[in-house]
Amino acid sequence: MADRSSIVRRTASVEERVDAIQAALDQRGMEATGAVDELSHLAQEQWIPQNGARVVAKAWLDPAFRARLLADGRAAVAELGLVLPKHHRHLVVLENTQTVQNVICCTLCSCTAFTIIGLPPDWYKDLEYRSRVVRESRTVLKEMGLDLAPEVEVRVWDTTADTRYMVLPEQPAETIGWSEDRLAEIVTRDAMIGVARL
Amino acid sequence: MDGVHDIGGRQGFGHVRYARDARAFHTDWEVRANSLYAFAVRRGIFNMDEYRHAIERMEPRHYLAASYYERSLTALATLCVEKGVVTREELEQRAHGAFPLALPSARGRTNASDRERFKPGDRVRVKTDYVPGHVRMPGYIRGKTGVVVSESPVYPFPDAHAHAVEAEEEPTYDVRFRSEDLWPNSADAALVHVAVFQSYLERGG
Repeated sequence: MADRSSIVRRTASVEERVDAIQAALDQRGMEATGAVDELSHLAQEQWIPQNGARVVAKAWLDPAFRARLLADGRAAVAELGLVLPKHHRHLVVLENTQTVQNVICCTLCSCTAFTIIGLPPDWYKDLEYRSRVVRESRTVLKEMGLDLAPEVEVRVWDTTADTRYMVLPEQPAETIGWSEDRLAEIVTRDAMIGVARL
Repeated sequence: MDGVHDIGGRQGFGHVRYARDARAFHTDWEVRANSLYAFAVRRGIFNMDEYRHAIERMEPRHYLAASYYERSLTALATLCVEKGVVTREELEQRAHGAFPLALPSARGRTNASDRERFKPGDRVRVKTDYVPGHVRMPGYIRGKTGVVVSESPVYPFPDAHAHAVEAEEEPTYDVRFRSEDLWPNSADAALVHVAVFQSYLERGG
């Protein structure tokens, strides 16, 4: 067999590579295609930021729930029928206040509490955010449109284990008295990552 | 492994390419790549630590240029080949071209023998370990001192779990560092919290 490194070949496109591995697994009777359909539905329809938004809205309205959420996030979100993967053994909920802004990241890869706050967007997984947000947090947030007052303390959370984080944003003053459903509509994934305020 | 993936605090990167409420997926193959690796984990072909390490083992130029889901795809294929589920030749035949995979793994390690239990408020120092295999200690905390905020439930020890090495599960500590201590005179003021495995820590002064 010729030395493979001496043979110049085109690299298959990513679509061709995905097709190849999927077909190879199917051919071994693993029924990958059926599982892909099911998992793709979960990723696009079930693991969405509206889950976390419901958690936040309830926490704003129900002080006892808020206390349980801050004490044990995994158990508290389960009250709303929300689950994390088995290997995410701990969900830590980070409470923003007028003088504290929490922001989450994953410098080593791109980990998030994706079943609760939704799968992360490109910018969260890109090299710029991962390299800079731990070191230039205030500058990065400002570039992203969040200009924090000098007295606000920034707390950056690097997701280096399978503990997962979500930010509990502050409730905007003008929404006092709103229903839980209406409140949930204003909560965004970016606010639960901590790069936006509501 | 002091790989190119370990970029926390690296300088020279530009503005975050931010779009408000951006979509998680753009095309069908991204959704399928994500689902296929999740399927392989669910089937027990590999675990999450093996998966993350396979991404880290990508050839550095490939890693830096690849999108997130191309990295997922590469880790999936690499581990399926390494574990004998498929061969590279079959994948390349089916794909009608080269199928770049990650580079081989170095050795793993088990838990530290001198692990200590810490409590909130304890000052701890991150050991100056240099680990050839998988490790979840970002380079920017190596040798640095911080304060324990809390203890997590126990997790598989990644340095072992990514390499099929026997090890006990151990907790992580939420350790709070001052950005000023991590990058003296060279960081925005902030508290940086990192989930640090017990084996990476020693009592600080």
